[in-house]
Amino acid sequence: MVQLTLPKNSRITTGKTWPKPEGATNVRKFQIYRWNPDDGQNPRVDTYFVDMDTCGPMVLDALIKIKNEIDPTLTFRRSCREGICGSCAMNIDGINTLACIYGMDEIKGDVKIYPLPHMPVVKDLIPDLTHFYAQHASIMPWLETKTNRPAKEWKQSIEDRKKLDGLYECVMCASCSTSCPSYWWNGDRYLGPAALLHAYRWIIDSRDEATGERLDELEDPFKLYRCHTIMNCAKTCPKGLNPAKAIAEIKKMMVDRAV
Amino acid sequence: MQNYLTDRKRAQGTGAGGQGTHHHWQMMASSTALVFLVPLFVFTFAAGLGGTYEEVLAYYSRPFPAIITGLTLVVVIIHLVRETQVAIEDYVHGVAEKLSLMAVAAFGYTLIAAGLFALVKLAL
Repeated sequence: MVQLTLPKNSRITTGKTWPKPEGATNVRKFQIYRWNPDDGQNPRVDTYFVDMDTCGPMVLDALIKIKNEIDPTLTFRRSCREGICGSCAMNIDGINTLACIYGMDEIKGDVKIYPLPHMPVVKDLIPDLTHFYAQHASIMPWLETKTNRPAKEWKQSIEDRKKLDGLYECVMCASCSTSCPSYWWNGDRYLGPAALLHAYRWIIDSRDEATGERLDELEDPFKLYRCHTIMNCAKTCPKGLNPAKAIAEIKKMMVDRAV
Repeated sequence: MQNYLTDRKRAQGTGAGGQGTHHHWQMMASSTALVFLVPLFVFTFAAGLGGTYEEVLAYYSRPFPAIITGLTLVVVIIHLVRETQVAIEDYVHGVAEKLSLMAVAAFGYTLIAAGLFALVKLAL
């Protein structure tokens, strides 16, 4: 049965309130989820105050400032700072997005930051994406060919190449999958929007020769058909992609080959 | 024991079940049918309302209202059973899931049988 309440050791408590920066006039309040697997304590929400006059415009800028100047124990993933690596995906102001491209001017009031929902937490804002990546690997995210000619590059028409637009841009940040209620309830078996978007990217590739096998692998009430077109994935995607449409296209292909 | 499984093994599980499209297509087909059947049923049912017992018997002995009612009954309940099946698969797992699926199917088909029996009694 689906678990509707958090286990006791996952319930969030009020954490530490850090002092306001001295002399600052433009201060913003940040409430950030904290959890350390080593201290045996429940998760808590710490409160920080950041001087916005000496801080960059993005949420990631504030997180880095907090880590550098206030609390070096605050833990989060980040790398490229420009929405390409997908590392800094987290729940900001109730939306799964990338901290590096989410401007603080888009948030009204206090800035509330949590890890991506419904995933095991490694520490603070870092979710465990092991299963998410394994699901991505399971859809064979590579060009699968059976013929060995041409021995050089395989050409593709401009029209066929255009079919990959809106698909190849996915950076696997997991914002979509972790916003999907179906993935929350059945993430162990449902592949989720990100893996399915990638599956469609290879299914629709004119050079791929494993289309049938790929569709066979998705012919399952859980792997594919747990998508109920809730559309949270499309709404939250920080790259503006539409995984729900990709899933619908897979379902159309499934029907076309069966009916 | 579960800890010794590789991440890929856990993600693959027992592979694809080989079904799902049929259910999806059946839901699309019954949804489309209901777009036409529900308004027809509402209008035919409303037309028969308010009459005496004899008038209603006479009304449902005509083929059009009786067939529309019968079709709506069957398609609505089958659609309901399939949709409930999806909801159960979403939220209930293990033995409880299997028992719930059987119970919902039994309830749905009993409802169809009872509805058709009542309709036949009215119509014939």
